[in-house]
Amino acid sequence: MSTETGHKQPQSRARPKLAVVKFASCDGCQLSLLDCEDELLAVAGVVDIAYFLEATSRIVPGPYDVALVEGSITTAHDAQRIQDIRQQSKYLITIGACATAGGIQSLKNWADHEEFLRAVYAHPEFISTLATSTPIANHVAVDFELRGCPINRHQLVEVIAALVAGRKPRTPTHSVCLDCKRRGTVCVEVAQGIPCLGPITQTGCGAICPAYDRGCYGCFGPAAQPNCSSLTDHYEATGSTREQLVPLLRNFNAAAPEFQTASDRLMANSDTEAQS
Amino acid sequence: MTESRTIKVEALTRVEGEGGLYVRLEGERVDDVKLSIYEPPRFFEAFLRGRALEEVPDITARICGICPVAYQMSAVHALEAALDVTISPEIRRLRRLLYCGEWIESHALHMHLLHAPDFFGVDSGIDLAGRFPDEVNRGLRLKKHGNELLEVLGGRAIHPINVAVGGFYKAPKKDDLLRLLPDFEWGLEAAIATTRWVATLDFPDFTRAYDMVALQHPDEYAMNEGHVASTSGSAVAVEDYEDHYEEFHVEHSTALHSGRTAGHSSYHVGPLARINLNHEQLFPKARRLADETGIDWPCWNPFQSIVARGLELVHAYEEAIAIIRNYKPFSPPRIEYQHRASSGCAATEAPRGLIYHRYEVDDAGLVTFAKIVPPTSQNQQQIEADLRDWLPRVLDGDDDHIARECERLVRCYDPCISCSTHFLKLTVDRGEQA
Repeated sequence: MSTETGHKQPQSRARPKLAVVKFASCDGCQLSLLDCEDELLAVAGVVDIAYFLEATSRIVPGPYDVALVEGSITTAHDAQRIQDIRQQSKYLITIGACATAGGIQSLKNWADHEEFLRAVYAHPEFISTLATSTPIANHVAVDFELRGCPINRHQLVEVIAALVAGRKPRTPTHSVCLDCKRRGTVCVEVAQGIPCLGPITQTGCGAICPAYDRGCYGCFGPAAQPNCSSLTDHYEATGSTREQLVPLLRNFNAAAPEFQTASDRLMANSDTEAQS
Repeated sequence: MTESRTIKVEALTRVEGEGGLYVRLEGERVDDVKLSIYEPPRFFEAFLRGRALEEVPDITARICGICPVAYQMSAVHALEAALDVTISPEIRRLRRLLYCGEWIESHALHMHLLHAPDFFGVDSGIDLAGRFPDEVNRGLRLKKHGNELLEVLGGRAIHPINVAVGGFYKAPKKDDLLRLLPDFEWGLEAAIATTRWVATLDFPDFTRAYDMVALQHPDEYAMNEGHVASTSGSAVAVEDYEDHYEEFHVEHSTALHSGRTAGHSSYHVGPLARINLNHEQLFPKARRLADETGIDWPCWNPFQSIVARGLELVHAYEEAIAIIRNYKPFSPPRIEYQHRASSGCAATEAPRGLIYHRYEVDDAGLVTFAKIVPPTSQNQQQIEADLRDWLPRVLDGDDDHIARECERLVRCYDPCISCSTHFLKLTVDRGEQA
């Protein structure tokens, strides 16, 4: 870096080469980087944005120091592409619920894929996709996962700052519930009986839904050691139906293991009851 | 013997989502142009079936991280049509305010970070900031204002959580909106300066006889309601949209193309269509600015869409300021309704153009059918038609030059490929030596 000016700066190290890569997704998580309006030009000063199709026409080939990966794997081509990106990247960080848990499109994992194709396309034969939507970690080793639908841009800046400094990113894993207490939000479950995933969902959003008089719907996926069955048992005992609870668990992090187990358990309970 | 060659843009840049471009030339003749969209499909219309209608605004928001409000607004209006819900004037104004936030965020992003770099031959908005730091920083501030409005009213900027069928989960506090005003008053003047700046850009002399389509409303610059008007003089009720505009599936795309039902002819949606049809209804400063730009409206040059975005940016600031000043908190924040088996449709104006939703719901309030027509799939056929006219003018260079010039034209439409779930890849095929 400093050789161009002909003198060495003792503290300087090469700017890490950053790639932002997209799979099946809405673009919202990579947009979060452009939404760092106050930090964007500074970030561009400390990292070399080498590959970021949405933001720049400059495309620098790999290898990369850091790949931020958005989106889930839904095609055979993408299943191969993520292998190539892994090989070219020193650190691979997934950004958002699609990359980390399969996203809302993982709902097709429970459905008849052929029927889905026919429902949307007049010529299903033009479309080639896998029957499942799977998280990146199902395909390659992931060095760090950034949760959220969408991710929190402050957490994204923290991850980039940590990488540049060579330290581990600090992103909390406690539940949304705790943040409601911190904000002083009156509990929507206790006060209004609204089923809320706050007790089992990881923080990151700032506990916004209860502050807007609605229940948490799990954008940041399962918190550390969530007791999902206890929570859903409580909701069933207090009047919520499985028809309400299963879709609540099956949305943007439907295929996150703890949420998937919980929704499948509710469905299995329904089946058992139907048979008896 | 003519030389045929193929030009491919494997991955379009500075667009939302991923697609490419494929062009095949026989000598100087354009043989084939395809905007190919290889963005993997996510099947929203399939998995919406069986979901509670109350979830639809949250789920459809995830079609697009850039314009989630467009999906939320179209969804709630369509479902309210099905449920025979009439929203209050207060809710209606707050929805326009939310849309103003998205227009400001999306237009500021496209103008400064995605489109303007093309006029200076640089790769990105970040590179443009090296030459025009004041303009780019101003643009980032405008973008931030849009996001801040979305955060106050919607809970967050990307995938807002406060939009409900019937209204909002919670009406904002007056003070929380009023705190935005000083920034918005600065932003209005800054948006005017930005629009004056982009109006001086060096535009290619390229005009086409477009059939431009946008909502039109008797009382206001159409955003959430109106009839589907066009510069060719047609005017149809939203309920009749599907009789006049049709989606069809072509092999090179995971997006469905749209065309006029009659002859599948292409049409153009977006800010230029809206300004051409509705500029008389812009707020006063935006209206005066439209006359000052030196453009004789209606404008048929797609490259000048950046000026149309600027005018809408100014309008959105003016309208947002007016709504905030006059806002009075209200209760309840949403209109109650009863579930009933029915169907309903709505069209609204996303930052990128007209968006149409139709749903069928059952007695239990579950969705049984969903149809979503995003703006970019409506523009896709128009973009390909434009490229056929544009290509002969840019053949005086190597393949990289041609590819760059094609991408410039594509970007005028601010395509959102992620949106067009059922939706672009530029490859130029000059074939092999004959």
